[in-house]
Amino acid sequence: MALQSLDIIRRSATTLPEPQARGAHTGQVAKLIDVTKCIGCKACQVACMEWNDLRDEIGTCTGHYDNPHDLSDQSWTLMRFAEYENPKGDLEWLIRKDGCMHCADPGCLKACPSPGAIVQYANGIVDFHEENCIGCGYCITGCPFNIPRISKKDHKAYKCTLCSDRVAVGLEPACVKTCPTGAIVFGTKEDMQQHAAERIEDLKSRGFEQAGLYDPEGVGGTHVMYVLHHADQPQLYSGLPEKPKISAMVGLWKGVGKPLGLFAILATAAVGFLHYLRVGRNETDERDEEAARRELEKTP
Amino acid sequence: MTNHWVDIKNADVILIMGGNAAEAHPCGFKWVTEAKAHNKAKLIVVDPRFNRSASVADVYAPIRAGTDIVFLGGLISYLLTHDKIQHEYVLNYTDMSFLVKDEFAFDGGLYSGYDAQKRSYDKSSWDYVFGDDGYVKTDPTLQDPRCVYNLLKSHYSRYTIDMVERVCGTPKDKVQQIFEMIASTSTKDRVMTIMYALGWTQHSIGAQNVRIGAMVQLLLGNIGVAGGGMNALRGHSNIQGLTDIGLMSDLLPGYLTLPRQDEQDYHAYLAKRTQKPLRPNQMAYWQNYPKFHVSLMKSWWGEAATADNNWCFDYLPKLDKPYDMLQAYELMNEGKINGYLCQGFNPLASAPNKGKLISAFSKLKFMVSMDPLETETIAFWQNHGALNDVDPSKIQTEVFRLPTTSFAEENGAVVNSSRWLQWHWKGADAPGEARSDIEIMAELFHRMKALYEKDGGAWWDPIRDLAWKYANPHLPTPEELAMEYNGKALADLADPKDPTKLVRKAGEQVAGFAELRDDGSTACGCWIYAGAWGPTGNQMARRDNSDPTGIGNTIGWAWAWPANRRVMYNRASCDPAGKPFDPKRKLIAWNGKAWSGADVPDFNAASNPEDGMGPFIMNPEGVGRFFARGGMAEGPFPEHYEPFDTPLAENPLSPGQPLTLNNPAARVFKSDLAQIGKPDEFPHVATTYRLTEHFHFWTKHGELNSITQPEQFVEIGASLADEIGIANGSRVRVSSKRGHIEAVAMVTKRLRPLTIEGKTVHQVGVPIHWGFLGAAKPGYLANTLTNAIGDGNSQTPESKCILVKVEKA
Amino acid sequence: MSAMTRRQFLRVTGATLGGSSLALMGFSPGEALAEVRQFKLARATETRNTCTYCSVACGILMYSLGDGAKNAQASIFHIEGDPDHPVNRGTLCPKGAGLIDVIHSKTRLKYPEYRAPGSDQWQRLSWDDALDRIARLMKADRDANFVAKNEAGQTVNRWLTTGMLAASATSNETAVLTHKVVRSMGMLAFDNQARV
Repeated sequence: MALQSLDIIRRSATTLPEPQARGAHTGQVAKLIDVTKCIGCKACQVACMEWNDLRDEIGTCTGHYDNPHDLSDQSWTLMRFAEYENPKGDLEWLIRKDGCMHCADPGCLKACPSPGAIVQYANGIVDFHEENCIGCGYCITGCPFNIPRISKKDHKAYKCTLCSDRVAVGLEPACVKTCPTGAIVFGTKEDMQQHAAERIEDLKSRGFEQAGLYDPEGVGGTHVMYVLHHADQPQLYSGLPEKPKISAMVGLWKGVGKPLGLFAILATAAVGFLHYLRVGRNETDERDEEAARRELEKTP
Repeated sequence: MTNHWVDIKNADVILIMGGNAAEAHPCGFKWVTEAKAHNKAKLIVVDPRFNRSASVADVYAPIRAGTDIVFLGGLISYLLTHDKIQHEYVLNYTDMSFLVKDEFAFDGGLYSGYDAQKRSYDKSSWDYVFGDDGYVKTDPTLQDPRCVYNLLKSHYSRYTIDMVERVCGTPKDKVQQIFEMIASTSTKDRVMTIMYALGWTQHSIGAQNVRIGAMVQLLLGNIGVAGGGMNALRGHSNIQGLTDIGLMSDLLPGYLTLPRQDEQDYHAYLAKRTQKPLRPNQMAYWQNYPKFHVSLMKSWWGEAATADNNWCFDYLPKLDKPYDMLQAYELMNEGKINGYLCQGFNPLASAPNKGKLISAFSKLKFMVSMDPLETETIAFWQNHGALNDVDPSKIQTEVFRLPTTSFAEENGAVVNSSRWLQWHWKGADAPGEARSDIEIMAELFHRMKALYEKDGGAWWDPIRDLAWKYANPHLPTPEELAMEYNGKALADLADPKDPTKLVRKAGEQVAGFAELRDDGSTACGCWIYAGAWGPTGNQMARRDNSDPTGIGNTIGWAWAWPANRRVMYNRASCDPAGKPFDPKRKLIAWNGKAWSGADVPDFNAASNPEDGMGPFIMNPEGVGRFFARGGMAEGPFPEHYEPFDTPLAENPLSPGQPLTLNNPAARVFKSDLAQIGKPDEFPHVATTYRLTEHFHFWTKHGELNSITQPEQFVEIGASLADEIGIANGSRVRVSSKRGHIEAVAMVTKRLRPLTIEGKTVHQVGVPIHWGFLGAAKPGYLANTLTNAIGDGNSQTPESKCILVKVEKA
Repeated sequence: MSAMTRRQFLRVTGATLGGSSLALMGFSPGEALAEVRQFKLARATETRNTCTYCSVACGILMYSLGDGAKNAQASIFHIEGDPDHPVNRGTLCPKGAGLIDVIHSKTRLKYPEYRAPGSDQWQRLSWDDALDRIARLMKADRDANFVAKNEAGQTVNRWLTTGMLAASATSNETAVLTHKVVRSMGMLAFDNQARV
């Protein structure tokens, strides 16, 4: 696993082929978050900040357990708490660890105009390289889960790296290691799917008929997956999207919007821009293109 | 804990009540999730709030704070009337068949022998009937109306499911569902564990809350069994160790006790504590009290302790009454205490009734804090506006604060809830000039001693003679001190059975408490720790985590007291013939010659089952007690009494009896009695608690934890918020008879109104973690609201149920 | 890929183009080698300890600066769970995971300090001074209030006017020494956190 980590299979804003010879022959990695085991203790948040040398602001209480209130350049993961009264009249406290899903088909990477600012490793991790980031925020538009955040300090985008530095040396991510109840587990994607299947069976035996795995196809599956008690209603979990897909705007930008919008500065940067046009956009799937077209047609 | 953290994985049913393990002990709680995931266990949470433990429970039921005995009394009644008890266990391993004195009675909420003037009982009638042979009389047929079984049944007959709903406010269908789930563990192949913490102890009936939980477990045959037990989830990392080593007003190390002032005769002192068997063939382990006591006195006073001076018995201070924290603050407030030393303790934040504490501390001549961090206590004289509104110029106390090392900067052992002594190692030097607590205590001692040597003074022989044989007297090492509490032979020890055989040479560490003697030939600083640093070295540093049977005992990891035993009373996991009740959770078994297995037997390993020795070897009866005899302040069976701050006018279990509205034998000082809240003025029931993001008043000094829970809040049910017009996130004022706090309102569905005796009662949650110092947003000390009234056995304050009024700030 | 460096690009496009425009152009300066952050524990010294908070007593690994050489001053910079520990198996709760910030808290005390009667200030003093003064205050109080015999003439040898609270997160070894020192002086108002 360790050696694969450094093998990049995709890089933002470039189509120059990446080295292809090596592959993830023993499986890609995945993190499985079993929401049904999670007690919302925030150990993952603390371990994340501690390992990554981040310190968010000491904020305020606004009548919720969610602290900090949102993801930021300093908070790459966050517990989101939702109180839900089920049809039986019993209360459920649905607590979801939010953060980067490490999509197999990453909208952020596709949207990113800066070469090498976002990469995808052979092991499945989608990583930001802030030294290449220009702070445009397109990754946010591209992300169907609303994850990346721009730092107010350095105007660069940040998000969970899945502790690529730990995974690179054969360790599990910090949040996974620390999770007291074993709600966060880590391994090959296949093993995690297997683990999820066992959990789902247990949940069904406890009356959660709709228990299931969240590994959405719209983004090609994810390397961070959830076990949900109510897989039929992901939105119960603080708005987890039911059918996430890459924003039509990504296709739009890559297709028509960008050259039009930038016409005014084309002259001075013509050489570079032509180069960009020549190498073209990243692959977007047909549904994105279709969505983009629909979006364009709607535009007056 | 009778069992240990990992053992929870063996449970079939887990009851979390009077605690919130997911919140306060998340990494121990993992074994709950493990039991659920791999043992098909069901988790039940009973708590005033739908809390983090409840968020992953199979069943959650709300309960009014302070009514646990009604709930569990209802359960006992249910188990008895539905005959859901483990018969073989109950008959053989408990006192069910024991006959009780005819004079013992219970009427109108009071037991026989009550003295209303003294607020205490003459307990002489609370005892067994003894035969001419000196043993307790029994009726194994359980027909005698005076046997414990029938007394118990009759006592709890008032505790019906209807009564549970009326008093606790728990919906009847939830009560029924939970009772059925729990009753399922009365079979030999199913086990329940109970996990509790300060939610049971911080009440005026706290000790009885715990006792009634243990009684439920005895009825179900769940004590001494893998996956069972009564598991106290203790607070601090070494609260277990500090209690074991007896740093409490009335204790000596190893649960030996200080003499009272009328115990002038040493031999009478020993005789009273040297319990003889109350039934034939019982071990009655406290028979060995003199060995432990003499060895302690040799450890403390060395050569000065001799048989002629009763091993320095006079050097021990003698008690006229308990001098626990609650008593100390009462005396301090009366101006009768002049000096106070706080070692790693922040009582202004932790102890009840902050207003009383400020008044008490202000009367001290001097106060000293030894702590790695700033504490509110040692800054009690500072003005912090509304959060600590004092006038420094009027406080004449001299105050010292001494910086100490933290855990990361020293070697040593701490004892966890599982009774494991685990050694740890220093990782770096402490900042600045910080010194270890050991060094500070040694230095204070040397300086006092030097002053006495130079100037003389009040009788100081015990100071002069205190044993102090450390390589560097100014800086005893943790290793030397660990060897001291383990104990050693002071002379060659011969085998008592064969005097020609040498058990231990003079100067060697003892291997266990069985080697201790009452003739001055052994020294031991804490008998239950004997074996921790034995002849083969430091057992606490062991790191073999193998678990060959899969039961989770890892007996090669660190060292557990007593005798490295992991599950206490494990003899009770086997039937009387010595076979495990449930072969799949075997801990030990009789193999025809000896007891052995995956654990160290809590028993005489050579005792043939035919001899009939009972599994509860510390009790002189050899069995577990439903009937506590004189062991408890308020009676042999737990009885419900309302909290002192109660929303009710009378006790539904003893209606029409003003005397029994609250615990008639609780710990009450007059000044505290004057500060009891009444429901007309303070209509809401509040409970205090911890949050998972913080540890007491420490982590607010760190950035990471302050980020995840930055600002003080109180939890308020949505219906109460509607009633009094409070918006989520707005500021509210919460006041009690003792004072008020202000905080952000967290309006939640997790607190629901309860119907108690036909009346709607709202409960309010008050997390404790804020104060006027640290990195988190400054806040009020939650203990501004609580009262110093406490339990009459443990002297623990009733911090878990108080009457308050919530209003817009 | 564009071979333009940031500097060259700025020279070409002029200072009027802001960073966001650069982004929109689809350019960026010559990228650094895409690689993960360096693993920060590679040769740090690892010390085993026990979490100081609750009584689960999780095993922790403390990583400190330096390799223990005489000239390297150790400083702990990272803490994570001990995977060998049978109870926590490498996990830590939010408190344990945040231990590092309490060790390095800005409010950690570094020097003995004193507050005089009526004052609103701390003032620094030496250890010698602090310990001497505390010992003298204790002795004076003990000498004035020690009770050798009670009114009934019974030997009681107790000192009730000074009390102490012992730390419940300190070690057994501290506890053993503290207990014997305190009892040798005859103190009875002596407790720990067990009651609260």
